[in-house]
Amino acid sequence: MIWKTLKLWFHKLGSAPSFYNFSKTVAPWLWVGFAITTAYGIYLALYVVPPDYQQGDSARILYIHVPAAWQAMFIYGVMAMLAAIALIWRIRLTEILAMSCAPIGAALTLVCLATGSLWGKPMWGTWWEWDARLTSMLVLLFIYIGIMGLYAAFDDRRKGARIASVLILAGAVNIPIIHFSVEWWNTLHQPATIKLTGESSMDPSMLPPLIWMVISTKLFFGAALLDRARNELLDQDRSKSWVARKVLQTSR
Amino acid sequence: MIGNGSATALFRRDMKLAFRRLGESLLPLFFLFTVIVLIPLGVGPGPNLLARMAPGMVWVAALLASLLALEHLFRPDLEDGTLEQWFVGEHSVYRRVLARLFSHWLITGLPVILFSPLAAEMLHLPRHALGTLIISLLIGTPALSLLGGLAAALTLSTRGASVLLSILIFPLIVPLVIFATGAVSMAADSLDPSAHLGLLAAFTILSLTLAPIGIAAALRMNLE
Repeated sequence: MIWKTLKLWFHKLGSAPSFYNFSKTVAPWLWVGFAITTAYGIYLALYVVPPDYQQGDSARILYIHVPAAWQAMFIYGVMAMLAAIALIWRIRLTEILAMSCAPIGAALTLVCLATGSLWGKPMWGTWWEWDARLTSMLVLLFIYIGIMGLYAAFDDRRKGARIASVLILAGAVNIPIIHFSVEWWNTLHQPATIKLTGESSMDPSMLPPLIWMVISTKLFFGAALLDRARNELLDQDRSKSWVARKVLQTSR
Repeated sequence: MIGNGSATALFRRDMKLAFRRLGESLLPLFFLFTVIVLIPLGVGPGPNLLARMAPGMVWVAALLASLLALEHLFRPDLEDGTLEQWFVGEHSVYRRVLARLFSHWLITGLPVILFSPLAAEMLHLPRHALGTLIISLLIGTPALSLLGGLAAALTLSTRGASVLLSILIFPLIVPLVIFATGAVSMAADSLDPSAHLGLLAAFTILSLTLAPIGIAAALRMNLE
C-alpha cells in the first residue's frame, strides 16, 4: 500500500506542475537546513576546534575546501545518473535536472580550487602548483564548463540537453582515467586523510565540523538544484497554460 | 576489407576526395610544421631545453593538426543531407562512423607520424627516443581521431561549433597526452617506456569500443 502510494507520487513528480509544487515547498526547508548546518559547522570550525599543530589556523580552510571538493564530484555522479535516465527513458524533468546540476557543480569546483589556492600560498609557498588533484579538479571544471557551453549552444533546449547528456556520460567514463593518469603524472598533494574503511589519519576532534559542513553542502546542492530546475521549467513552459495558472495564483 | 559494402564505399569516396584536394588535405601538416618552428622561436633555441620539451610539443602539434580537420568531419554531410541517409538505410552506422574516422586518421594522423622524425630532429629529441615517439603516435593518434570525432559529432549543429569543439576535446584527451609524452620522456631518459605505452594502448582500445557508439548517438540526436 505504502509502496503503491510512493510509486504514484514518484510518477506524478515527473509532470511539470507537480514538480513545481514539490520543489516550491521543499526547497525553502532545504535552504533553512543549509543555513543552520553551515552556521553551526563554521562556528565549530572557527571557535571549537583547536588549531593544527603544524599548520596553525590556516588548516581551518579545509572545512570549506574538502566538502566543496567532495560535493563537486558527488554532483557529477548525480548528474551522470540523471543523464543516463534522460537518454534511456526520455523523461523531460530528468533532462532539466541534469542540466541544472552542471552550474552548481562548476561553482563548487571553483570554490574548491580557490580555497585550495588560498591555502597553498602559505603552506606550499605558491598560489598554483601543478599537483595531481589540483589539476584533475581543474579538468573537472573544464568538463562542467563544456557541458554548460554545449547545452547553451542549441536553440532547442531538449535537443541540447540530450546531446549534453551524451557528453556527461563520456565524461563519466573518462573522469576516473583522468584522475589516475594525472595522479601518476605528478603528486604534491597529501594523500586522502579520511577513509571510509580503516583508520583515518585525522584527529577525531577535527571531524565534527567537517561532518556538519558535508551535510550543509548536500543541503545546498538539493536546494539550489530544485530552485534552478524550477526556474528552467518555468522558462521552458512559459507559454503553457499551467504556468499562467501558477503565476496568477501566486500574484493574487 | 571492412566487409560492409556501404562503409567501404564511404571510405573509398573520402580517400578519393582527399587525394583530389591534396593541397587542402596537407594543410594540417604545414600547420604542424609552423607550430614546431614557432616554439623554438618563442622559448629560445637551447638544445637541452628543446629536448626536454620535444615530446610534449610534437604531441600538442599533432593535436592541433587533428583539430583543424575536425570541424569538417561531419558538417558537409549534414548540409547536403547525406548524413540523414546514414540513418535511413539498413547498414550499420557504427561501421560508417569507423570508416569516416579511419579516413580522418589517414589524412591527419598518418602524415604527422611520417613527419615526426623530422620534427624530432629539429627539436633535438635524443635519437634513441625516436622509436618510442613513433610508436606512441601510432598507438595514440587513432584515439585522437576517435575522441575528436565525438566532440565533432556533439557540436555538429551548434552555433560557434569550432570554439566549442576545442573546449570539449581538451579534457577528454588529458590521459592521452600524459601517457604518450610520459612514454617518450621515459625513453629519452633511457628508461623502459612499456608501462606508459601499455596504458596508452588500453586508452585507445577503450575509445575505439565506446566512442563510435557515442558518435552515432550524437549524430542521430543532431538530426532530430
